Amino acid sequence: MIGAAVWRGPEAAVLTVGAVLVALLAFGIFVAFTGLDPFAVYKVLYLGAFGSRFSIETTLTLAAPIMLTALCVVIPARAGLLIIGGEGALVLGGLGSVLAGVALNGAPASLATPLILLAGAAAGAIWIAIPAALRQFRGVNETISTLLFNYIAIALLNHLVSGPIRDYGQPLKPTSWPIPSAFMIGTIPGLSVHWGLVYGVAACLVAFVVLRQTTFGFALSILGGNLRAAQMAGLPVAALALTAAALGGAAAGLAGAVEVVAVHGAASISLVVGYGYAGILVAFVARQNPLAVVLAALLVGGISASGGLLQRRFGMPDAASTVLEGCIFLAVLGSNSLYGRLRFLQSRSAEVK
Amino acid sequence: MSVGGDIGVWSVLLAIVGSALRVSTPYLFVSLGETLTEKSGRINLGLEGTLMMGAMSGYAVALGTGSPWLGVLGAGVTGAAFGLLHAGLCSLPRVNDIAVGIALFIFGTGFAVYLGKPLVHPVAPRLPDIDLGFWSSLPSLRAALQVNALLIIGILLAPAMLWILHNTRWGLKLRTVGDSADAARALGYSINGVRATATAIGGFFAGVGGAFLSLYYPGAWTENLSSGQGLMAVTLVIFARWNPINCVFAALLFGGASALGPALQAVGITSNYYLYGAAPYVLTLVLLIRTSSTKHRLFGAPSELSINK
Amino acid sequence: MTKQHNRTRRQILIGSGSLMAAGSFLAAAPRPVFATPMTVGFIYEGSKDDFGWNQSHAVGARKIAKETGAKLVEQEKVPETADVERVMESMIQLDGAQVLFPTSFGYWPFILKLAAKYPKVLFVHAGGLWKQGDPANVISYRGYMEEPHYCCGIAAGMMTKTNKIGFVGPKPLYFIFNNCNGFTLGARSVNPKVTSLIIITGDWANPVKDADAVNNLVDQGCDVIISDSDAPKVSIETAERRGVHSCGYHTDLSSLAPKGFVTGAEWNWAKGADFVKAWQTGGKYPNLLIGGFKQDLVAISPFGRSVPDAVKSAVLKARDGFTNDTLKLYHGPLKDNEDHLVLKEGEVIANDDSAFKTKVNFLVEGTQGQTGLKKQ
Repeated sequence: MIGAAVWRGPEAAVLTVGAVLVALLAFGIFVAFTGLDPFAVYKVLYLGAFGSRFSIETTLTLAAPIMLTALCVVIPARAGLLIIGGEGALVLGGLGSVLAGVALNGAPASLATPLILLAGAAAGAIWIAIPAALRQFRGVNETISTLLFNYIAIALLNHLVSGPIRDYGQPLKPTSWPIPSAFMIGTIPGLSVHWGLVYGVAACLVAFVVLRQTTFGFALSILGGNLRAAQMAGLPVAALALTAAALGGAAAGLAGAVEVVAVHGAASISLVVGYGYAGILVAFVARQNPLAVVLAALLVGGISASGGLLQRRFGMPDAASTVLEGCIFLAVLGSNSLYGRLRFLQSRSAEVK
Repeated sequence: MSVGGDIGVWSVLLAIVGSALRVSTPYLFVSLGETLTEKSGRINLGLEGTLMMGAMSGYAVALGTGSPWLGVLGAGVTGAAFGLLHAGLCSLPRVNDIAVGIALFIFGTGFAVYLGKPLVHPVAPRLPDIDLGFWSSLPSLRAALQVNALLIIGILLAPAMLWILHNTRWGLKLRTVGDSADAARALGYSINGVRATATAIGGFFAGVGGAFLSLYYPGAWTENLSSGQGLMAVTLVIFARWNPINCVFAALLFGGASALGPALQAVGITSNYYLYGAAPYVLTLVLLIRTSSTKHRLFGAPSELSINK
Repeated sequence: MTKQHNRTRRQILIGSGSLMAAGSFLAAAPRPVFATPMTVGFIYEGSKDDFGWNQSHAVGARKIAKETGAKLVEQEKVPETADVERVMESMIQLDGAQVLFPTSFGYWPFILKLAAKYPKVLFVHAGGLWKQGDPANVISYRGYMEEPHYCCGIAAGMMTKTNKIGFVGPKPLYFIFNNCNGFTLGARSVNPKVTSLIIITGDWANPVKDADAVNNLVDQGCDVIISDSDAPKVSIETAERRGVHSCGYHTDLSSLAPKGFVTGAEWNWAKGADFVKAWQTGGKYPNLLIGGFKQDLVAISPFGRSVPDAVKSAVLKARDGFTNDTLKLYHGPLKDNEDHLVLKEGEVIANDDSAFKTKVNFLVEGTQGQTGLKKQ
């Protein structure tokens, strides 16, 4: 079982918040052992993540891409697939959007930019649909194959930007051809955060509605819960699984496209900064609930945002954020075992239902 | 620039063999460890974190005690602790072993880098070389055959593990737990106990693999020391079809393939090295596709393994 | 800060002649002269004790702080994404940094974006990318590393016994090929029989690949190695273990190879102190500064113990040749390793001809290997 396929409202929320607190406590104890004042560290963590308008904007900026890569885990998980290929799908999305952007040179931006984003999403969708198809038709384990796909995607990116699609005008770093600057998207009015955040939140909302309220979503959850039941109910199992994987891949591909049109203007190894792996973390912290993904991404984004301050204020190693994220991941997974053990919550959630 | 006939071909081959012998040891240890863990029916995707923790702690112990072999031991113990952590979490109800693995991958890498900060500058004593090429007068052959005891230990460990798995009570128990939890339960085995032992030993091996990186080749503690050797463990095991003997070949193949790019360049073939670098992954994928089937589990795979379900 | 002092500082800057031909002078825009100590922010893409690119900047940062009395704030492991934009703003807003040194190449587009937003902050980038029209509060500087590579090459050419020397490069980029050419040309200037072998690892720094590239080169017979990896530590240590000579890159690596270390090609990022002072006092500064020994932007590492005096004096002579501009790196007749004539007899490329150097997509005669670049 990948996380809890069933969202159990308040129980899940309490367990997750509890797990995050336990992780923070563990991190604080560790920090105290290294000779720092844990409360001062907590304070800087908070200030760096949410303490000011500036910090919040930073957190939002860093959370945006990992909302999308988290959906690459969350949506296929509904169909019972554990996909860890978000990093590769993001890379493919970036490459796809660059090719589209170059091909659309001269087109009006109002037409070209959506097409570029669509191309990125399509590239990601196809990339993740392949492992899902291999799973459906050849029985190849999708976790392992998507892990391999990440390495292959990065090699492909490196190969392409070092030669075939290289912009030789960029002297210091192998970079792809640039997309025309007119196609770039700017920041959200009034915020210094690019539009990727809106796409991320919107994608999570859409995913929530689709998975929760549509027949398709319901069919997916049957498939994810019990393959035999899905087959007996006459569901098109292969089509469902492939669609779920493709939608997840599309989200991660969109993340790559957004990186291109909102940040880099081209593809390069800067696309590979671990957003895919952070997405796995976010998906599990959110217990595979697309709405909770938004919150979990803000948490992880906030930790990354304050990581710099921890370095500058306390001389802590940059890995402090990774350690904290790892603690949270472990604590949330461990807390899964407490489902159904907290009696007061069960009665409450029963009432809610 | 031409490859230069026979000499070029031979030197490429020699370079690949040399590289394979130098680079493959961590692959060998993580794959042996993962084989054992998976034979018990659990998958540990977190060996990358374990490897980094092993590399860091091994370096620290070697530095503190002056003995690289104590460092290897320390790395193994740290790895075993991480294995126990994995096993402990997985023994809880409703906890997915693959997810725990990814969490330990993130946690272990971060923790190793954090604690390893003060270890970047000091120089720890290195594991000694064994000169297997003493009989040759060719310097490049001698260099290629200069190996570390850990490689030999790893190669000897493989048949030993196979023997233990098939000829001892414990091996039978392990395989029973891995192939049918129900049968194991009926026989009164402690499933979690057996799996914890297997995962701890697997972690020990992965830790030793990490110590090889920091104490022998490349032989330094740096933050980007591992380039996915631990993540590849799962892949290698599939490649080796859960057979320890095959792990040796899988490790050598992966080591050799990673050397393909540089080796070819050294004789003047200088394009597409990123694609050569991806060769092991593509190869594994092809193998997976060829051997998988929707009708039956992977050939040789323990049936309790979550990747079969 | 008195007016008098201000003027003196300005005169020193102009008088020092530290500015290159291609660089453009800009009158300082009206801006406050800072009386209190400045805060200077350094941002690194990797770890600042990586025995490589990042460390060379961290070394420079300390020298700059010492020389200018500035307060230093630093952040490591900042990826070349929107992240770095936020880190720069954070240093400006939360730490009050007035000068920023975002040191990684890929930070450039983010620097341009922020420089327009924060005209009272000076952004100093290590890359040499500034062009007319870019913000005035941006400086881009870098060194002609091929010159110290030439010096290393001279030592390599004199010290090799096999007449084969090796070069490890991270990525197929013009400056890496310039460095490789410098190394080869230096070696062949003293020993025409030398061949150099080049291996591109494909990664900026990958310990296992770096070590393996060195092993491969040694297996091919190379007995002097230079590694242009972003973190050449393991390359140097591997060369030491294989019993061959090695040359460093980025920063002083002599301690890593007590036996085989020859010398190394180093950046002199401490030059940034001039910019901090100019910014502090309202003095002039260049927006683009690319230079070699002549402009004091590069240096060579202390010689290793095994280096004979004759080699030392030949290397120092070459260095002085670059410093007083009597020695030119690229001069005709020059062939590439595919037998094309690059420069005719008598053709000379000025050492500060950035336009030529950024277009280098060939390896000089005597190099075994290919750039893998499309010929333009």
